[in-house]
Order: sequence, then structure tokens, then C-alpha cells
Amino acid sequence: MATLTPTLTVKQPKSRHGGGGDIPHYPGGGGGGGGRGDESPDYGERLRRCRLGLAVGIAPIVMLFVAFSSAYLVRQGLASWDLRTNSYINDWAPLRMPMLLLVINTCLLLLSSLTMEFARRYAARLAAIAPITAMPGIAADDESSFPWLGITVALGLGFLAGQVLAWRQMEARGLFLSSNPSSSFFYLLTGMHALHLLGGVIALSYAVVTVWLKRPPEARHIVVDVTAWYWHFMALLWLYIFALLIVAH
Amino acid sequence: MTQAHGPADAAPATVHGHAPTGFIRKYVFSLDHKVIGIQYYFLALTAVCIGMILSLAMRIHMVWPDASIPFFGAIKPEQYLTLMTMHGTIMVFFVLTTAPQSGFGNYFLPIQIGAPDMAFPTLNMLSFWTTFLSFAVMISAFFVAGGAPLSGWTNYPTLSAIPMAGPGEGLGEDLWLISIALFCVASMMGALNFITTTLDLRAKGMTLMRMPLTCWSWFITAILGLLAFGVLLAGGILLLMDRNLGTSFFVPGGLVVSGVPVQHSGGSPLLWQHLFWFFGHPEVYIAILPGMGVASQLLSTFSRKPIFGYRAMVYAMMAIGILGFMVWGHHMFMSGMSPYSAFAFSFMTMAIGVPSAIKTFNWLGTMWKGKIRFTVPMLFAIGFVSLFVSGGLSGPFLAQPAIDIPLHDTYFVVAHFHLIMGVAAIFGIFAATYYWFPKMYGRMMNDALGKIHFVMTFVGAYCIFMPMHYLGMAGNPRRYSQFTEVKYLAPLIPIHKFITYAAIITVSAQLLFLFNFFWSMKKGKKAAQNPWEATTLEWTTATPPPHDNFGGVTPVVYHGAYEYSVPGAEKDYIMQTDPTPVPAH
Amino acid sequence: MGLALLLIIWLITFLSSYFFVAHTWWPHAISASAPYIDHQWHLTFIAMGVVFIAAQVALGFVVWRYRDHGDAAKASYSHGNNKLELTWTVLTAILFLGLNAIGSPIWAAERFHSADTSAMKVEVTGLQFAWYFRYPGPDNKFGRTRPELEDASLGGLSALGVDSADPAAKDDVVSGVLFLPVNREVDLTLRAQDVIHSFFVPAMRFKQDAVPGLMIHMHFRPEQTGDYEIACAELCGLGHYKMHGIMRVVSEQDFEKWLAAREADKQ
Repeated sequence: MATLTPTLTVKQPKSRHGGGGDIPHYPGGGGGGGGRGDESPDYGERLRRCRLGLAVGIAPIVMLFVAFSSAYLVRQGLASWDLRTNSYINDWAPLRMPMLLLVINTCLLLLSSLTMEFARRYAARLAAIAPITAMPGIAADDESSFPWLGITVALGLGFLAGQVLAWRQMEARGLFLSSNPSSSFFYLLTGMHALHLLGGVIALSYAVVTVWLKRPPEARHIVVDVTAWYWHFMALLWLYIFALLIVAH
Repeated sequence: MTQAHGPADAAPATVHGHAPTGFIRKYVFSLDHKVIGIQYYFLALTAVCIGMILSLAMRIHMVWPDASIPFFGAIKPEQYLTLMTMHGTIMVFFVLTTAPQSGFGNYFLPIQIGAPDMAFPTLNMLSFWTTFLSFAVMISAFFVAGGAPLSGWTNYPTLSAIPMAGPGEGLGEDLWLISIALFCVASMMGALNFITTTLDLRAKGMTLMRMPLTCWSWFITAILGLLAFGVLLAGGILLLMDRNLGTSFFVPGGLVVSGVPVQHSGGSPLLWQHLFWFFGHPEVYIAILPGMGVASQLLSTFSRKPIFGYRAMVYAMMAIGILGFMVWGHHMFMSGMSPYSAFAFSFMTMAIGVPSAIKTFNWLGTMWKGKIRFTVPMLFAIGFVSLFVSGGLSGPFLAQPAIDIPLHDTYFVVAHFHLIMGVAAIFGIFAATYYWFPKMYGRMMNDALGKIHFVMTFVGAYCIFMPMHYLGMAGNPRRYSQFTEVKYLAPLIPIHKFITYAAIITVSAQLLFLFNFFWSMKKGKKAAQNPWEATTLEWTTATPPPHDNFGGVTPVVYHGAYEYSVPGAEKDYIMQTDPTPVPAH
Repeated sequence: MGLALLLIIWLITFLSSYFFVAHTWWPHAISASAPYIDHQWHLTFIAMGVVFIAAQVALGFVVWRYRDHGDAAKASYSHGNNKLELTWTVLTAILFLGLNAIGSPIWAAERFHSADTSAMKVEVTGLQFAWYFRYPGPDNKFGRTRPELEDASLGGLSALGVDSADPAAKDDVVSGVLFLPVNREVDLTLRAQDVIHSFFVPAMRFKQDAVPGLMIHMHFRPEQTGDYEIACAELCGLGHYKMHGIMRVVSEQDFEKWLAAREADKQ
């Protein structure tokens, strides 16, 4: 995508909206340290900055789940002295998950990652031709395009609904949050992931709405692009969590 | 202020480069990093006043348990631990993390690297208001039934996990945890902004190795915050679940608290300690690193000499940051953790002394053969070095598990961390305040008052914390509200009285600072654009800086931050934006 | 101001150092391992003391010597010296890591080995806000405890919830004072019934947290008779400051006499 940016020239007022709020317009930029010699206008720079911000922002989420994972593994292997039995006990009961449902959910999420990628590329294309479509008399056929974003949101909501269903099934089996440390961690990990994914759904819904808000395609591209990377990260994170729950059950 | 650049017509507040008008957008929900920096600073100023009053109340209660304190009345024994917990929490989070990093960092990082604002101004505003909300929740813990928690800022379960374990361990403890969780989120948002800004918004020519050491310290601190706060957040969530949702992460089976059986089983209190200190030790460096940056900046400026060993200073800060993540277990030598792991933690901790020593040597090297100007900010920077040495050298005692056996959780530890992450860091904040006040408010702070403030605070801090080493050696445990019950502590009470007197005088001296600060804001001598004859970018712009920092001009940087006393140059300093060539080095 | 600063820094340095050495702050040491710990302390103290005084004196000197005289001369222009940088990096590394290497065996001797098989067993229990000490009696076995039997208000065996139905508990003795025979190794088992406490005996140079969920084994050997105080060194709640006890070290005969009397009381 980076190859697109230097060729773009965008009228300034357009490029100053959207993204993660208002980003300062600042030509030039970093010196030798960054090694970027580009004199690209606002929009390409903003895209890169938002991507960088996202990459940095993913770090604390990773740390959060690293902390949960290490707590998971420690708690699983832990024997603590129980004053009732006068002995060291390990009360970890192997986790029984609704596997079929979770596999279906996983497929939904992976599929949504795919549609998200299509949406991202489509938004990039629209942004690339934006300088042309901005000319009077030329219109891009926005409406006839396939609604990849809407489908992604739907699939994301489907995944969340599936997760809620999985929790219901766990409860039906008598495995509640406080039943056993293994079920506590199941709800914790899946819940925290769902919460983060919900953030992505909200961002995507905003991107969908921008179509009606008549935001310039470049601004929309930034929202879609950054959310897409976040979405892919969420899919990866889910695969990791699912693998952890299966391998170390 | 003359600030708007570009077309002045139809300037919606969201478009940057145009100063917002209206009071709300300008001062309350401002997107300007300078306003946000000042908001953080005032939040920290409020917090430090509360934290200091709490500590004074504690000191008075320790030695005169029946004394009536204004606003508090006589302190009841059960209130002591609440004061201590809130003192620690407020100071560590809302002062030492907030003022030097979020406050000064917000204000001066963008200006020093030549950027018009932070990378994500809205996020910046959001992180301030989240911090504010966090502070409000923390303070509200005082006013709920049972009061604020008493489990210390380290908040060890099972004391913190079981509501019956003490007053304040009910709703107060939940509020504490929620406040800390909010603070974690705010800090992570702030750190994200700092890192992106440093990487992406540097002016032309501002290479990483030309950045002022203050920027390096804010940058490294931001990375520490980014990685550490997520772990604390995880710990906080687990503890909240244990307390409210019946899980057993930290609580083992069969406990009976206040005669009531506890319905948990299988958890481990040590798990919290690991999570907490994995955050907690980097947090120490989050508090002190910006102070190191400020000290470096000021020692060079006021010695009129380039910083000695710029690269070594940068690498030392990086080493401290990296090693800081590998030493958390030294807080847990007596916790029942494997004695073998103590070996590794001890080794790493001793190793962290090396970069710290490098910094001290380089500070002395910077002043050596300098031309030292004793301005108030310089005095505080020199004080910082002295306190950093004093507080740092008690570290190698505590880092050795064998010596830590008698010293762990005694006043020796209290002396150690107060000197280094408390007083030294506060000296960094004072130095920064006196140094940048003219840029922030366009006026100088009063010099004579500042000098009196320095001497009283410097001597006072030593009078308070040096004797605590002796108390620790004598075996005086920390977090004791009275010294009358344990017999061997009674002879130490005169020392505690001395400390309390010193604390009263030192805290009173801070009124001089507060007076000086607010009086100078209105009545201080008008400041020139570059009153200290310093080289960094904030001194190239108007005072106070315009909305976009450089009034539409794009600064271009030609060399590093510390070109003082260049032979053959006209003046004894060359600004970073001055194209005059300097000798290769 | 330069001279004033020099005087202040030097005076602080002198007084701080003076009070470190002018008084024996450490409590009189009576355990077998205390001399090693104290020795390591002294070694570290001398090393850090020298560095402390040298650094502070140098700081005071430098600020006075290189103060601005108001003349036109410029300060010396130097960006540093890599050789010097390397020198002090290596020197401090040797100092700090050397101290670490010297001190490590002491820790290993303290904590890596379990007690002798001949050591006397005592169980130390921390609960809000008292220490209880249990002796296994002639069978050398501790009886089982039950949380539901705990009643702190009754003290003694009831405070720990010792189950009298267990045969091993028949000869268990619980005391509020830690009676120990002199010159005999003690095998301590530390446990806690509610929150974390820390068993701190300054005269023994001994400290160990008592943690709910852990049974921690430690050992030490008192070498002088007398009464020594035990404090709690981990924040455990309201009464933390008054959670203390007495360790009474007596001769072997006196100890046997005391234990026999306690056993007799039980019958």
C-alpha cells in the first residue's frame, strides 16, 4: 500500500478529517533518523502515522494477554496449600469447551478477516483514484461496489454472538466463571478478546457510516486501513487464545 | 497570543493550525499538547499537595498519636494505614508518573523535536481526561463506607482480596482497583502518543541522536509505560474478579478471616506479586528517567558545556529500561519465591547499577571544567545528582538477598526508594518547573525565593530520609503506625520525632514554592525568549509558544542539542537551528 | 553560591556517614548465620561508603571549582571521552558484580539446603494479629488442623484449629512464646491463616514471609540465651504494628523442662 502514497496529491481541506481525530498538518517530517525523504502531502503521511500508532498501540494489548497467559500457565501448574485438606492441592480441572461451536466461530472470524482485507484494498483503490473522481463531472461507481465492510461487520457480530452462545453452552454444562480456574480463564480470555473485537466492530461501523457522511475517500481509507490491521491482529490473537486453551487445557 | 497561521477564515476548532476560540475548547477539552501538559501538571500539583498532607498526618500520628491535626482531627490507628496507602498511590501514580512524563513531556516533547503537536491530539486529550477520572475515583475512595483501602500501594492479596480483612477493603478497595485500571489505560494511550510522535514528527534534521536527552528520556519512559501498564491492568482485572466474581486467582483454600471462612481455593498470593512487580519495577524508572533527562539537559546548559558522553547517556538509559524489566523479583526475596531465582534477580539488579553509575560519572564529567551558573533550576539539577547518588547507593545492599534478609520491609527500604524515586524525581520536577516556567508563562520565577526553597528542601530531604537508614538497620519495620508495642522500637522514637520535625519544616518550605509559582505567573519579571541561553528548539520560538509551536515556521535542525562553548563561535552556545558548523566529535 | 553548595553537600555527607558509624545500629546478633550476613553488610558498606563519600565530595568540589567567575573565558569544549567511559563502566561492573559474587554463597547457605534431620521442628503460624508456635511433641508429628475449628478468641490450639481427633495432635503443644533450646538447629514451618505476614527476628538476622497457600520451610540456629523480639514485617492489616512476639532461647535442660510441663498441662 505504501507504494500508493507518494503519487497522491490531495486537496488539503479534504485530508484533514477522519482518522483518529484531527492530525496536525505538517510537511517535511523526520530527519536522517527515520530516513524518510518523502515530501508527500498530508494524507499519505497521516496514513503512515496512524499505522505506526496502531502498531505501537498493539504492544500493550499484547502485554495484557501475555500477562493473562502467564497467569494462566502459572495457575494451571500451581499447587497451593489448602488448610482444609492439610495438603498441597491443584484444583485445575481440564477445560471442556464447546469445540464445534468455537471452530465455527473461528471460521467466521477468519472469513471476516478475509472480507476485511478486500474492504481495505477496495478503500485503498477508491482513495487512489480520489484525485480523479474529485474532478467535476467524473464519478466513481461507489454504490455498485460489493459491501465488504458491511459483511465484515456482520461476520464480526456473528463471531461475537457465537462467543455468547459458547458461554451459554458452558453454563449449561455447569461451568460458570467461578466454577474452576480453567473456566475462569476461559471466560476471562474469551471475554477480553470479545471486548477488544467489539472495539473493532465499532470502528468498522463508523467506517460504514462515513459513506453516508460523505467523508472523502482518503479519510475513509485511513479508518478502514487501520481498522483492518487491527482486525487481522484480533484474528491472530483469537487463534493464539484458542490454541492456548486447546494445548494447555 | 499571536498564534494562528494559515488562512484565518472559517477555522473550525478541529482543524489544526488554528487556535480554538471558546473557553471550553481552549482550556478544558483542549487538543493543544501545551494546554494538556499544563492540565497534567496542575493535576499532579493538586495530587502532590494531597499526598504531602497525608504524609505529614502520618508522621505526626507516629510520634504524637493523640495530637489533633487541622482538618483531620486526631488520627485513629485504623486511619493510619489508609493514609499510608493513599499517600503511596497518589504519589507514585498521580505525581511521579504524571508530572515529569505526562506534564512536561506533553508540553515540551513536541516543541523540542520541532513538531506542531502530538501525533494524535484527540487521543492526548482523552488520556488526560481518563487520568482525571482515575484521580477522581481514587479520591472518592476516601468518602465511601469503610473508607479508602489500607493494603498499601503494592496492594498484596490476600489482604486486598478479602473484604473482611480490614476496613477499606470493601468498596474502597474496588474503587482503588478501578482507578488504577483507568490510570493504566490512560498511560498506555499517552505512551502510544509519545512514541509515535517521537518516531514520526521530528523536524527536518532532528535525527534520533540529535534529540535532547529529555526527549530520549520521555521516549524510553513511554516504551516502559507501554509495556508495563498492560501487566498491571491484567493483575487489576484478575484481582477485581477474585473480589467480586468469586474466582480464585490469588486466594488459596481454607482461609478464615475475622472468624469468617473464605470461599476460595487453589490460588496463589505470589502470582499477584509477580504481576505487580513486573509493572512495579519499570514504574520506578518511569518516575526517575524523565528526571535524569532534565538533569542532563540542565547540567549541560548551566555548565555551558556539551553533555559528557551523549551516546553513553542514551545507551545507559536504554540499558536501564531493558534491565528494568528483568529485576522485579528483587522485591520478593522474602516472599517464599524460589531461592534459586533470587540469584538471577540479584545479578540483574546489581548489573543495573552499572548504567546508573555511568550516568553519574557523565554528569560530573559535564560539570568538570565547566562555567557553572547557579540558577535555581541548576541548583535542583545538582541536588538531583546528589540525591541520585545517595538513594542509588543503598540499592546494592537491598539487591543482595543475604543482606536483604534483615533489611527487607524496614525503614532502610523506605529511605532507599524515597530518596531515589521520591525526592530525586521531585527534584527533577522542580528543576523542570523553574527551567521551563519562563517558556510556559512568559515570566521568570523569583530567584531568591527559589534559592531558599532549594536549600530548605535539599537539607530537609536529607534530614528526613538519611536517619531512616539507621532505623532500618535497627530493624524498624515499615508501615507501623506506632512504635510502642514492639519493645525494641521504643528507643528509636526520638529519631522518628526528629524526622517528623524535619518533615514539617520541609513541607512548609514547599509553600514558598507554591507562592513563588502563582505569584510569578502574574507578577514575575518578564522573560526573554531564551533567558537561559540554551540551545534546544523550545527557546527558538515565541514565549509562550504559539498554537502550532513555531508560528508557521518549520524548524530545521543542524546539530545536536548541547553545543556550548564551541571554540571560535561568537557566543558560548549555538542553537540547534543555527547552521553555524561545529567541530566534528 | 558555589561555596555554600560545597559546604552543604560536604556537611550532609559528613554527618550522614558519621551517624552510620557513630552508633551500633544493628541489634546484637545471636544466630549462627548472622556473622556471615553482617560481614557481607560490612563489605558492601565499606564499598558503597567509599563511593558515596567520593561522589559527594567530588560533586561539591566540582560545583565550587568550576563556578562561573563572570569572565569572558569559555568553558572547555568536550563531548566526552570513550576511554574514560569504558574505564568506569568496567570498574563499576567489577565492583557491583563482584559484591554480588561474594554475597551469593551466603544466601545459598541460608536458603538452598533444608534443615538437618536432627533439627527441632516448630511450626510458626501468623494470623491477624498474633504469632503462634506449635511443637509436635514426642511423636515429632504435627496433628491436622481444620479451618472450621479455628477460634482465635480461645488462643492456643484452638487459634490454629488443631483437630483433637487426630492422634498426631494429642501431644501437640501451642505457645504464644517461641521457646527454643540454645545451639540447636530449628526447622521452621511457616504458614498463615488469613493474610500474608512476615516472621522477622532482627537478632537472628532472620525474615521470611508466612504466606497463605504455602508451607515454607526454613531453618536457623540461635546461639545465645535470652529474650528476643519477633515482629511482623509484612503489612497484614490494622494491628500490623502490634503483631509481635517473644523468642525465648534457653538451655537445653530448661527447654525440656518447659516442654514437659506444657505436655503435662495438656493431660
